[in-house]
Amino acid sequence: MSTSHYPAARPDEPIQRHTLSVLVDNEPGVLARIVGMFAARGYNIDSLTVSETSHEAHVSRITVITSGTAQKIDQIKAQLSRLVPVHRVTDLTVSGPSIERELAMVKVVGKGELRVEAMRLAQAFGARAVDATLESFVFEITGVTEDIDRFIDMIQPCGLVEVARTGVAAMQRGTAST
Amino acid sequence: MAKEMSGAEMVIEALKDQGVTEIFGYPGGAVLPIYDALFQHNSVRHILVRHEQGAVHAAEGYARSSGKVGVVLVTSGPGATNAVTGLVDALMDSIPLVVITGQVPTHLIGTDAFQECDTVGITRPATKHNYLVKDVADLPRILHEAFTVAATGRPGPVVIDIPKNVQFALGVYKNYKDVPHKTYRPKRDPEDQAIARALDLMAAARRPIFYTGGGIINAGPQAAANLRKLVRLTGFPITQTLMGLGAYPHSDTQNLGMLGMHGTYEANMAMHDCDVMIALGARFDDRITGRLDAFSPGSKKIHVDIDPASINKNVKADVPIIGDVGVVLEKLLAGWKKRKLQADKAALKNWWAAIKGWRQRDCLSYRRKSDVIMPQYAIERLYALTKKHDTYITTEVGQHQMWAAQYFHFEEPNRWMTSGGLGTMGYGLPAAIGVQMAHPKALVIDIAGEASILMNMQEMSTAAQYRLPVKIFILNNQYMGMVRQWQELLHGSRYSESYSEALPDFVKLAEAYHAKGIRCSDPEKLDAAINEMIAYPGPVIFDCLVDKMANCFPMIPSGKAHNEMILNEEAGSDIGGVIDAKGRQLV
Repeated sequence: MSTSHYPAARPDEPIQRHTLSVLVDNEPGVLARIVGMFAARGYNIDSLTVSETSHEAHVSRITVITSGTAQKIDQIKAQLSRLVPVHRVTDLTVSGPSIERELAMVKVVGKGELRVEAMRLAQAFGARAVDATLESFVFEITGVTEDIDRFIDMIQPCGLVEVARTGVAAMQRGTAST
Repeated sequence: MAKEMSGAEMVIEALKDQGVTEIFGYPGGAVLPIYDALFQHNSVRHILVRHEQGAVHAAEGYARSSGKVGVVLVTSGPGATNAVTGLVDALMDSIPLVVITGQVPTHLIGTDAFQECDTVGITRPATKHNYLVKDVADLPRILHEAFTVAATGRPGPVVIDIPKNVQFALGVYKNYKDVPHKTYRPKRDPEDQAIARALDLMAAARRPIFYTGGGIINAGPQAAANLRKLVRLTGFPITQTLMGLGAYPHSDTQNLGMLGMHGTYEANMAMHDCDVMIALGARFDDRITGRLDAFSPGSKKIHVDIDPASINKNVKADVPIIGDVGVVLEKLLAGWKKRKLQADKAALKNWWAAIKGWRQRDCLSYRRKSDVIMPQYAIERLYALTKKHDTYITTEVGQHQMWAAQYFHFEEPNRWMTSGGLGTMGYGLPAAIGVQMAHPKALVIDIAGEASILMNMQEMSTAAQYRLPVKIFILNNQYMGMVRQWQELLHGSRYSESYSEALPDFVKLAEAYHAKGIRCSDPEKLDAAINEMIAYPGPVIFDCLVDKMANCFPMIPSGKAHNEMILNEEAGSDIGGVIDAKGRQLV
């Protein structure tokens, strides 16, 4: 969709995926403000995590993964920055090396050989069984999104019944802080 | 000094500390404590409107014409929802407002109580910021913070939703007026490097143009004064957006007038052909740019805006400058003088020669008729006869608005109040009431259409109550003219629902509202009728019967570029073929 009434197609511009770290005042409605801005302006949210990170200062960190052309990503950052309760917006994709992690809980139900195979896979991926019955496991896996995707793909035939994922939390490497 | 008082009294106290003398509002159950506090204090004058939308537009007119923050007080539920159109209008046009809404008591929130609505939820995308005050301890800070947020950076409306029990609750009031906000820090000062780059481009320009918008007016009279200096110093041509009219004197020879969809031929051609564009406090709206991929293809663009999100939104800026346009103008002016820069005189001479050629097309010419008043003529006469007065103009939305922008001229900022971004029919009358409150002695005229005026006609009662001598000048063509014009352009002249059927008798309507009614349909008698309107000391509804089929030109048809304008003479009677299939999809 064009952002204007008038055609300005730039079909050759590549779509990029960016991870933004947004520090906000943890006041009522702040998440609605952020999410509402994305929805109203037609931006994508691929992943979103939010939690208070400083209880004394009532500050929350929102990690949002979004995608769009370079121009659109700049717009998203500018639109986020102008919201009154937003302290800071950092684009982790361009600010230097960063780490991203996601946690997933994966439930498989099965017996016999499938159970053994599920255990083997979990071991290979570094997933931990956090719950077990005679017919089920709940594995906890932490890693980058792609690893978790692969684990879920692989474990599918072993009786996968449910997945819960946190979405991505991210941070700059080294001494830098946002 | 800290004092104990009720939440309702805090509201009045904060208004006093902010220097607010007039507010616009409408009472109801959930704001009764604040109205009671108003009753017991006389520091703030309350103007009772007849519909909450009117209160917000009145506050907009008040704010835009005075440079102050407009203040509104309405009740919960329908009071708040009725205000929403005005809020979005103010958001789009960057008008500073503080709108206080009553809310049901905190223990009833979420129970679908009588006259409850999710005001902060509904107004979140309609405001620059909003607050729900759940604790009276937070109220003093929020009241003052709201004024800061509304008036600074890119101005806009702020809503404070105050539950009734918080209005009754006792707390300690403190004046937070000069306490800095925790996070909100709009950037006022531009980077010196960006200023230097802009000056380099300007000095090397061969075909420069200043493209200026409403931001200049928001930046205050000093910004407009500095703009005049810079334009004269450089010798560059200047064009203004609809919102920017008045920031630069219309009569000046360097002024090309308004640009955009119904702008002048010379302004749009100059925008298309320029090599350096200096955009000051303007946001490259679609009514300005026309077809984006053909917009000013050969130019380097300097874009000055206080809102970083306005830069590179629609049009890529080569030199983005984030800052208050007033500060930027000062720095450009100082830098130009200090570096002893000179415009390329020879190139500029050729550029002005080209502009002169475009001007000779005389794009605003139209054929006068002896038996019927042409709408353009009506505005021309209104301008000529009110020129010597201290005049403020508001408008509704449609053809009359564009004719007013084209044929009524402004020499100073803050004289022109119109709904630009949202295009709100019904804006003009309440806005005129707000302007008249801010300027009691001035001549305030709402240039209206017969359809638009009916959208907030109830505000005539407000004008009558406060003896506000606002003049409503209706260009009555018995059509929603702009709708009809687009039906001619796009839909085979099938006038679906655009005829103003069963119109009231505006003269009798004026009398019913304790005002004076004047009707005129004869070009010969128009001057005398306008003079009668001006001379009358109270409110007037002037029913000016104009040519029914006149259309608004020149025009950039949708989907076309600046250099593809339709002019009056070419338009003739059949304009059905000028917009192609792709253009038809656009608005």
